[in-house]
Amino acid sequence: MTGFGVPRDAYGEILSELGETRKDIVVLDADLSSSTKTSSFGKKFPDRFFNVGIAEQNMIGIAAGLSTTGKTVFASSFAMFAVGRVYDQIRQSIAYSKMNVKIVATHAGITVGEDGVSHQMIEDISLMCALPNMKVIVPADTFETKKTIREVSQEKGPTYVRLGRSKVPNVFNSEDEIKIGKASTLVDGGDITLISSGIMVSKSLEAAQMLKKEGISAEVINLSTLKPIDRQGIIKSAKKTGCVVTAEEHNIYIGMGALVSSILSEEYPVPILRCGIKDTFAQSGDYELLMQIYNLTSDEICKLSKNAIAMKR
Amino acid sequence: MNTKETLNDSILNDLKKRANTIRKDIIEMIYSAKSGHPGGSLSSADIVTALYFHIMNHNPKDPFWAGRDRFILSKGHACPSLYAALAESGYFDVSELKNLRKPKCLLQGHPCTMTPGIEISTGSLGQGLSIATGIALGLRLDGSSSKVFALLGDGELQSGQIWEAMMAAPNFKLGNLTAIIDRNNLQIDGPTEKVMPLEPLKSKIESFNWQVYEIDGHNIREIIQTINRGFKITDKPKMIIAHTVKGKGVSFMENNVSFHGKSPNDEEYRIAMKELEANS
Repeated sequence: MTGFGVPRDAYGEILSELGETRKDIVVLDADLSSSTKTSSFGKKFPDRFFNVGIAEQNMIGIAAGLSTTGKTVFASSFAMFAVGRVYDQIRQSIAYSKMNVKIVATHAGITVGEDGVSHQMIEDISLMCALPNMKVIVPADTFETKKTIREVSQEKGPTYVRLGRSKVPNVFNSEDEIKIGKASTLVDGGDITLISSGIMVSKSLEAAQMLKKEGISAEVINLSTLKPIDRQGIIKSAKKTGCVVTAEEHNIYIGMGALVSSILSEEYPVPILRCGIKDTFAQSGDYELLMQIYNLTSDEICKLSKNAIAMKR
Repeated sequence: MNTKETLNDSILNDLKKRANTIRKDIIEMIYSAKSGHPGGSLSSADIVTALYFHIMNHNPKDPFWAGRDRFILSKGHACPSLYAALAESGYFDVSELKNLRKPKCLLQGHPCTMTPGIEISTGSLGQGLSIATGIALGLRLDGSSSKVFALLGDGELQSGQIWEAMMAAPNFKLGNLTAIIDRNNLQIDGPTEKVMPLEPLKSKIESFNWQVYEIDGHNIREIIQTINRGFKITDKPKMIIAHTVKGKGVSFMENNVSFHGKSPNDEEYRIAMKELEANS
């Protein structure tokens, strides 16, 4: 784990790279292309880039229509607008008809910081996972972002990819070591399983280091693909360690932790504690500071880990 | 299916008969389903007939034929009209119609892709014009000469997304797009002009830079001639405001808002079929 990168930068780069050979790729944006980084594709391939203005509902409909003509469509905006504004359009025009549209949202979660609640999307995972036919992926760093976009561009069907605004620590060293779709073990351990996605993966890795100093062996799992979810991977680790802590930068009410809990309660009940935003709107502020205020920290993961271990029978 | 001959009286008579058959199918289907939307299905029957039996290039034996023209039923609740046209064209057997709205049936309550000939699901109103805009963009990228048609309800023009698409399609200069408004003046809660007025509709749409025509939506000759006239304008999308009568063809359903989304009872069914038979 060395260095940092900005996943949305990686998104812009990989789109431009793929656009060279993939003439079927068409990109849509709703007046945020300089922030979502789709603008680099737009400059390179102006014929296959459409800025629809501040009209996300129309963007989703146009995306659906384009996909019926065989295009692989990427549609981007901030998560608040790319999902929250257009749930019905995504459900009706994309998910139900299994359209080949990839909704890649940036500025998800509280990493938009100072912009405040109006722009802090902490419900998108719930909304998108609730849709039949929808694939949902939350990459952990720039490498995983590129790998994700590369892979989903080769598959047919609707996908939601969630990216943040800020730079994040690199979890991986290259795309080669990443397997999309699996609950991938980043660190082997025996006492507790830490399952996280997105920007919380690096926090879990930090927590594992801290726990190690106290003699606790934590297994760290990157669960980037939330749908279809790797049930067996989750169960396997829970069987090995006997307790789980999940960590997500999302409303805890129905997010990744809830998905993991439901799987384990059905198939292998173990103590599970969840780190996440506790069903509250956040507030404006520097995002690192917000992460502290809402307990999205490695310290919190450590504390929950010890509590979960104590709950083992 | 691809009758491109000049529109003579004999062709026109055939099309009128077709439209009447579609109307009979609509009543049969909705009566059999004991639910559905007769009013807007009947008002759109002549438009759908003109498109499927004269204007559009399509191939019922190969629904995804690349050269096909595309049709999007934005007012998805009028699907009995579309299902009847698809069945009468040969996409599936006419006997399927009686299974409308039943489990394990091709014909869902609102359009979806399990039905041969349906491009995309619709039914949540206001989305079809955006979809048609996307299709028109995609076909143009491919250098295709196929045309795109969208049928909109007048009530759904109250939805904001429609006006997002109204702005976008002329901006993208989509000459391959023709949208038709089934202007029957009624929505569930009453007259459109009482619920949330649309007028002056023509000038509104013209101000969004569409080529706009206003026609009698039950005059098949006028429908066809107007669509063909629009084809000559290649640098902007066309909007046809087709004035129609909700429930057209069944006397007691005409302009009767209570038949927006209600099946006829036994007696009403009998009278409706008798009236339509008399037109055959």
